[in-house]
Amino acid sequence: MKQYFAFVKKEFRHILRDKRTLLILFGMPVAQILIFGFALNNEVENAGVAIYDMSGDYESVLLQTRLENSEQFYIERECQTTECIEEAFRQSKARLGIILPQNFGSDLLNGAKPAIKIVSDASDPNQAQVLTSYATAIILTHVKGRATVVQDVPIVSAIPRMIFNPELKAVYMFVPGVMGLILLLVGAMMTSLTIAREKELGTMELLLVSPLYSWHIIFGKVTPYWLLSFFNAMVIVSLGILVFDMPMNGSVVLLIGSCLLFSLTALALGIFISSKANSQMTAMFVSMMGLLLPTILLSGFIFPIENMPLPLQIVSNIIPAKWFIMIITGLMIKGSGMNVIWKPVAVLVLITLVLGVAAVKNVKPRLGE
Amino acid sequence: MRALPHIVRKEFRQISRNRVMLPLLFLMPIVQLIILSYAADFEVKNVNMAIVDLDKTVTSQRLVSKFTSSGYFTQVGSFTNVKEAMLELEKENTDMILCIPKDLDADLNSLQPVKVQLLLNAVNNQKAGIASNYSMQVINAFNADRLKNMSLPQGVTPLSVDIRSEYWYNSELNYKTFMVPGILAILVTMLTAFLSSINIIREREMGTIEQLNVTPITKFEFILGKIIPFWIIGMLVMTFGLVIAYLLFDITTAGSLLTLYAFLAIYLIAVLGIGILISTVTETQQQAMFITWFFLVIFLLLSGLFTPVDSIPEWAKFINHFNPIKYFVEVMRMVMLKGSTFADISYHFLVMTGFAIFYIVSAMRSYSKTSG
Repeated sequence: MKQYFAFVKKEFRHILRDKRTLLILFGMPVAQILIFGFALNNEVENAGVAIYDMSGDYESVLLQTRLENSEQFYIERECQTTECIEEAFRQSKARLGIILPQNFGSDLLNGAKPAIKIVSDASDPNQAQVLTSYATAIILTHVKGRATVVQDVPIVSAIPRMIFNPELKAVYMFVPGVMGLILLLVGAMMTSLTIAREKELGTMELLLVSPLYSWHIIFGKVTPYWLLSFFNAMVIVSLGILVFDMPMNGSVVLLIGSCLLFSLTALALGIFISSKANSQMTAMFVSMMGLLLPTILLSGFIFPIENMPLPLQIVSNIIPAKWFIMIITGLMIKGSGMNVIWKPVAVLVLITLVLGVAAVKNVKPRLGE
Repeated sequence: MRALPHIVRKEFRQISRNRVMLPLLFLMPIVQLIILSYAADFEVKNVNMAIVDLDKTVTSQRLVSKFTSSGYFTQVGSFTNVKEAMLELEKENTDMILCIPKDLDADLNSLQPVKVQLLLNAVNNQKAGIASNYSMQVINAFNADRLKNMSLPQGVTPLSVDIRSEYWYNSELNYKTFMVPGILAILVTMLTAFLSSINIIREREMGTIEQLNVTPITKFEFILGKIIPFWIIGMLVMTFGLVIAYLLFDITTAGSLLTLYAFLAIYLIAVLGIGILISTVTETQQQAMFITWFFLVIFLLLSGLFTPVDSIPEWAKFINHFNPIKYFVEVMRMVMLKGSTFADISYHFLVMTGFAIFYIVSAMRSYSKTSG
């Protein structure tokens, strides 16, 4: 044990001496979470509309004003041709075009159902659909309001209640997601470098001739980074609660436990990568190129996993961030207990064990292999 | 300039000798492009729905079957009280609970409006919004069915409009068409930024930079020699990506390929310039990597690849003016999907040229041949 503590002390000195890296390690997650928490928003707002109004009468102008006053739209340009709408799309200035027919007002008041055409730039299909349905809703409500007699018939109406996130805040999804992303990548990148670095600088030889066992080396490498990662996790959680009003409905002990667990997963992954990589460059390339996009795309952070084709849904199970996000949203937002989150916790433990064993087996206390 | 071809050749040799890196360089982006393009889909095709039906009449059953036959909803269970159903919601076994009150049928028959309750798991705000929209459509259709049999009072003209919607450029609303160009842009960016940002620092850490410093190579030749190989790799990976986009996802470039490549050429210079600049101001490979990663993640998530850029706050829009990835993702989508011409993207072009010049000059200035 004495050797182990001596080794941990050496690692800590290494880390603390490099002030720049230290600053990056702590400053970066904070800056990122602040930027994303404030900036990321999947709501569609403020979209430009190109209007081609063939009639220009009182009713059509009224409708335009209604659109202009909505939160979702502003009128970017008034067109006289369809080509003009297309040009606005090509320059990405407008997302939606609305074409009002001739005699719009008189047709409307005569009950002749004037045909309104809504065209959208569907190169972004999601946005195009959302905007079209917004515009349709605005137009229909407006038209309904122009009627003189309002019909009253018994109908069924729905009251949607948004459970867990009544204000539909995007932050509730982004904070756990960015947390998983940052912890996993920082953890994996930090540790994947250390062993590769000792190899590259030649100091690995010194460690190998010392009376340290290979588990001493691995655990000694992991311990300081584990503490750092955990500290990072706590900073991010506090920011989420203090700055972004995330709730903390579940048990704090479980939250701390799962942050410790996930940090360990990330470190085990890093050690595993570095035991395979022959240089720092390879280690970094794998931990950065190989982890960034899959973690964003397959963890359910942005795209819902149940929408993916089945093979990808299966692949998503080996993405550690997926399980961590489930645990965090469960604990913080839903206030779940162990009876609900035991499964993701168990999976994370399993992934960590597999990676850990593979890493210990792969770090060989020999050179030239 | 006579030394230039030699440096380029040296760099290429170095890259091609690394047996681990070489396949990674090309395989990793391509494999990710293929796999991840299938993952990126916002369209909510199926909402799992649990039912708490307290009415249990023909009318309430008709409402439920209106939901299940709409194609959006799958019934995953039926409960006698809300509490049980809520536990399922918490475990994510269901996305929504439809609660039908006890007197649905009786109230409708006595001409009373009725309110049914939808409980939605809103942790993912977007999904909840879409599910709630679908439900409204179903309920509207249910109402319309009932109203069909009722007649309007005399002398009332119903005001209505006929709304037709058209989806341009992607009439099938295929999400992959939208995501593939964006993902390709990110992969090319990550690859080139990574390679360039640790290149010089690596030579310094390994001590080989000293050998280059004592040669008569000028700073300009040195930086250019470092950039050209990665520039070529970037162009190659992009070309592979475009071929795959065509073969696998049937995406062709609507605009001119020349415009696309012209922009890519400038863009790669800017990205490589940033990478080299980072490489010259850091002390270790580790630092270089972390700084690159920091900017990459911020630029990537703000680029509009995943979330619309129209709705971010003003200060973030300001940051975005300096975000090269945002311009590239936009240009890729504009040229590939909408057929935007050179004139349409001239602003992007101008800004990117400015970036390229700025970063290359900065990199050259900050690189010093003297050590210590």
